[in-house]
Amino acid sequence: MNWYDITFYVFAILTVVSAVGVVFSRNIVYAAFSLLFAFFGVAALYVLLSADFLAITQILLYVGGILVLIVFGVMLTTRAQKVEVKRGILSVVPAVLIAGIIAGTLVGVLTTTKWPAANLSPYEETARPIGALLMTNFVLPFELASILLLVALIGAVIIARREKARRA
Amino acid sequence: MSPIDSTLIHLAFAVLLLPLAGFTLLIFFGKRIPRQDLIETGILFVALAISIYIMVQKVFFIAEPRIDFTFRWLDLGALIGHPGFTIDLGIAIDNITAIMLVVVTLISSLVHLFSLAYMEGDVRYSRYYAYLGFFSFSMLGIVLSNNFLMMYAFWELVGISSYLLIGHWYEKKSASDAGKKAFIVNRIGDVGFFIGIMIVFTQLHTFLFSGVFAGIAEGHLSGPLLTAAGILIFCGAVGKSAQFPLHVWLPDAMEGPTPVSALIHAATMVAAGVYLIARVFPMLTADALTVIAYIGAITAFISATIAIAQNDIKKVLAYSTVSQLGYMVMALGVDAYSAGFFHLVTHAAFKAGLFLGSGSVIYAMHHEQDMRQMGGLRKKMPITYWTFVVFSLSISGIPLTSGFLSKDSILGGSLAYGMLTGNYLIPIIGYSVVFLTAMYMFRLIIMTFHGEPRDVHKYEHAKESPKVMTIPLIVLASLSIFVFYSFNPLNPEKGWFLESVTKPESVVPGYQKYSWDFLQVKLVEKHPGETGVTNSGETFVTTNAYQMELERIHYTGLFLSLALALLGIFTAFLIYDWKKIDAEKLKQRVKPIHTFLYNKWYFDELYGATAVAGTLLLSKSFAWFDAHVIDGIVNGAATLIRLWSRLSGSFDHYVVDGLVNFSAWFTGLLGRGLRKVQTGRVQTYIVFALLGVIVIFYVFKQF
Amino acid sequence: MAVHIGLTQFLVVSAILFSLGLYGVITRKNAIMVLMGIELILNAANINFVAFTRYGAMNISGQVVAVFVIILAAAEAAVLLAIVLNIFQQLNTVNVDEVDNLKN
Repeated sequence: MNWYDITFYVFAILTVVSAVGVVFSRNIVYAAFSLLFAFFGVAALYVLLSADFLAITQILLYVGGILVLIVFGVMLTTRAQKVEVKRGILSVVPAVLIAGIIAGTLVGVLTTTKWPAANLSPYEETARPIGALLMTNFVLPFELASILLLVALIGAVIIARREKARRA
Repeated sequence: MSPIDSTLIHLAFAVLLLPLAGFTLLIFFGKRIPRQDLIETGILFVALAISIYIMVQKVFFIAEPRIDFTFRWLDLGALIGHPGFTIDLGIAIDNITAIMLVVVTLISSLVHLFSLAYMEGDVRYSRYYAYLGFFSFSMLGIVLSNNFLMMYAFWELVGISSYLLIGHWYEKKSASDAGKKAFIVNRIGDVGFFIGIMIVFTQLHTFLFSGVFAGIAEGHLSGPLLTAAGILIFCGAVGKSAQFPLHVWLPDAMEGPTPVSALIHAATMVAAGVYLIARVFPMLTADALTVIAYIGAITAFISATIAIAQNDIKKVLAYSTVSQLGYMVMALGVDAYSAGFFHLVTHAAFKAGLFLGSGSVIYAMHHEQDMRQMGGLRKKMPITYWTFVVFSLSISGIPLTSGFLSKDSILGGSLAYGMLTGNYLIPIIGYSVVFLTAMYMFRLIIMTFHGEPRDVHKYEHAKESPKVMTIPLIVLASLSIFVFYSFNPLNPEKGWFLESVTKPESVVPGYQKYSWDFLQVKLVEKHPGETGVTNSGETFVTTNAYQMELERIHYTGLFLSLALALLGIFTAFLIYDWKKIDAEKLKQRVKPIHTFLYNKWYFDELYGATAVAGTLLLSKSFAWFDAHVIDGIVNGAATLIRLWSRLSGSFDHYVVDGLVNFSAWFTGLLGRGLRKVQTGRVQTYIVFALLGVIVIFYVFKQF
Repeated sequence: MAVHIGLTQFLVVSAILFSLGLYGVITRKNAIMVLMGIELILNAANINFVAFTRYGAMNISGQVVAVFVIILAAAEAAVLLAIVLNIFQQLNTVNVDEVDNLKN
């Protein structure tokens, strides 16, 4: 077992445990914080996969952006005393069943598949090739994504706006 | 482009856009600006000053014949094997453009000035000035365009401004009718013009005059098609310049305010047709020119005879205008290019003067236009009278006037043409019209200004018009004197005007030229040293048959026309002033002729009976067809369809509905069962979806 | 330990994350919690992309796709939170099982 493996296990376990926390926590605030650690763990896994740019992006966007948004959402919609989160007992059984079957299936498939032997290339910085690809092969999706973001921005503003006229 | 050239182009744009700016200002803010009329008038005087500068620079200091400014307006690209589709637009200044700029802005600014008093207190005063500005803009656009497309656009713009101004007093039915008539009659000519342009464009793929001429010179358009294109383009001139058979609109257009008649329907817009012919002159074939010459001659004769029998002062002048326009068109047709254009300019001055003078009379007589109610105004309105006399002498072609110079050139040209081609009819008509012109002009003067007042009440109130009206008259009267055009009162050939307006080289194939032009080409080849020398009244380049003929008959023609003009004046005095011949008796003796002339050769009735009635008949027959045949088919179809629908209705009711009801019932049964599954909760759906995925996965795993 | 860290390990982590996210999406009633589950699923997918980039023949394109996924997640989070806020204003609840107006 080398350091790489140890690091991997540490962060994999961190990620999984945090994810479990997200899913099973009864307190929404705790869930949000667990999600934070899960994101960090995933970022670390990216580093291990020598995806430096993605790791940074993960931290910046997920932790800095999406998570903050979620926390805002929590604050805006949940009254302080009612932080407890209901969980439908009825849905737990099928959920456990389904999630379990899927997890089992996936893991089974993954472990039995003979993956082609990887020739691990040495680490290279990825920001530059990603940027180049975005401007060449992926320029259309890139532009579409920008339009999507614009639409989402405007749409979010319009949907979230208080429609006083309708209420009055 | 040298610096002075580009300066001139910029200035030309300024001249073009200034009146438009005035129009925009007046039409949007007319009510809010005090004295908008003065602003508009001032704008026109500024434009006049710039135009004079352009003309002096161009005519006297710039050697190159043409300053061109072209830009690519549209480029739709070229395909292999296809020349592509590009449209170039632009403006150009050559000598006739520069001179026309001054003519248009001069008359326009004087008319603006005149209108200050004439239109005072009018209900739509600011609108009137706005339209005048708009007209000036459009007219300058025609003058400056260097391509057919822009010219056509501005051509239609002057049409619309003419329509608006004729119908200025649209509460009067006759005025609004006259506006419509002018517009519709002009459309007829413009259709021809448009087809002509399209022939040229489809063959040569350019609208630029220079490009068109170059293309024809290279032989890309020749033969009958070229003649047809020339005649069709001339159709536009027939409409706008009120040539036979489309001359009927111009006399009616006198329903507009008199200054408008002076500006649009005497001096500038109607001359646009002549200007158009001059512009496209190089591409006109001998056949086309012959047609043009005959149309012009016929127009000149018909309208001159009508003018003699009219009693409305403005109608007389209107027919006189048509007649003079016929002269110009005829001049271009007989190859007397510069004479025709010369007459356009001199005519613009004295005919505008005549109209403004009649405006002054009408103003004094409280909008009385019937000459039979006038008389004796000489003493009351001396300035109007004397300027009017100068204008009349000029139009009659008496020496020392500008009209003499230009008219004599035209007549000389027509005589030489008649001698060379054997078309004697044209010079005969030309000279007889001289007599008629002199006669009806002096009939008008005598009836209006001489003798005893016939309507004493109105005479008592008549007085000389205010300064803003008399000053334009004086300016125009002085411009009707020979010195402005040539220092020799009998021969204009050495004057600056004819020196600077030279006939452009024809580009049509040799066999389609007038024979003397064709021969001239050979002569030029023999004596290249003689090219470019403008030593002739008819502006020919080297000596040739036409030129020699012109010189041979010069004095014959001159004395003949002078004698006829004097005879015409004498006759007028004999009948109307000295009453040696009783006008009434004469009228009785030639009653059929008089009635015929008084009713304007029954052209309106003829058109009413043929064209208008024909159109009405056609529309009525269409209406009948519509009502009986088409409606019958429609109704029959409707009945059939009703029958069919009843049949299919019962089928629907029993068979189809039965099936539908059954399926509805069945679906309902199914729905009631499945409804339990639909909880309305998203998460339930996810569970089902994932269940489906798992099932699919394990089912397909076996394969 | 004989097993060396390779593609499989990363994919297993991703599969576990995915299943946990799925479980959260199914069981949670609070819309925001559902959103968190979705984010977990997206992260799982991303780990797959990156892992295949590293070990498979996916080149760097996999990472580019992962970038797009992150972009999508951001847009989705924004819109979803807007919807949640709107629902909260209108119905005074964020529990997805209570939002069943369509049913009645």
